Amino acid sequence: MLRPPKRANSRFTMNITHILFWFLSVLALFSALMVITSRNPIYSVLWLIVTFFSISGHYILLNAQFLAIVNIIVYAGAIMVLFLFVIMLMNLSKTAEPKKNRWLKLAGGLAGGCLLLVLVAALRNTEIKGQLAQVNEGDIGLIKNLGKELFSTYVVPFEISSILFLSAMVGAVVIGKKE
Amino acid sequence: MPINYYIFLSLALFCIGIVGVLTRRNAIIIFMCVELMLNAVNLLLVAFSKMHHLAKITADATAVTAGTDGQLFVFFIMVVAAAEVSVGLAIIVMMYRNIHSVDVNFLNRLKH
Repeated sequence: MLRPPKRANSRFTMNITHILFWFLSVLALFSALMVITSRNPIYSVLWLIVTFFSISGHYILLNAQFLAIVNIIVYAGAIMVLFLFVIMLMNLSKTAEPKKNRWLKLAGGLAGGCLLLVLVAALRNTEIKGQLAQVNEGDIGLIKNLGKELFSTYVVPFEISSILFLSAMVGAVVIGKKE
Repeated sequence: MPINYYIFLSLALFCIGIVGVLTRRNAIIIFMCVELMLNAVNLLLVAFSKMHHLAKITADATAVTAGTDGQLFVFFIMVVAAAEVSVGLAIIVMMYRNIHSVDVNFLNRLKH
């Protein structure tokens, strides 16, 4: 029996999407683990940049292109450079972290694991379990729709966020100023 | 893509961030773990927005902007995170200038 070609084609793209999803998820989890286990803070920053890029890949997979680009520009471009600046300013890599309490680390890992266990058990059988997130299609994540919504419905929060930026800038200058 | 996968991925990222906050002593790494948690929440918000959009658009083909709110929330979270990082790193630099360390154990008295 002849199978319609469109169906075969869509199944092929689903496969690619699945492969990309699993690859990006494993990359994000691995690099997040490396962030919290690296000794050197510089390596932590670099692994965090890898995490942000894989999360941006997830955004592209969900067709949220605006957020993917903003994530790269703001997080990987601006915030991480700020972190690198501060770390290099402090010259931290020579001073190793002081001796840590092993039990405290174990307790922290155990607490985080328990939280993960409880949350997964609680959210395993939610009523939205069977719903799908639209991947690869849908145009709400494009800049046209988001910009329209941002400058019509959310224009007041947008302006307030500019005041927030101004106050954050003034605050950073005041705090960082030498007496 | 089932929404369950995104929920579990975000939960795992969030819990990795929490473990980092609980186990590390370096204030900068604690700060980076907070950023990691914010990003986990952002990813879940985008996934939920796409899920909501798909549910709405199959019920009513004219609802083309359903789900935009979630992505705008992500945008505002990024804005607030950027402001937070600038102030927080200024505080960490100030702390390093005063006590010559970024170990949070030296900060348990909130004075120097």
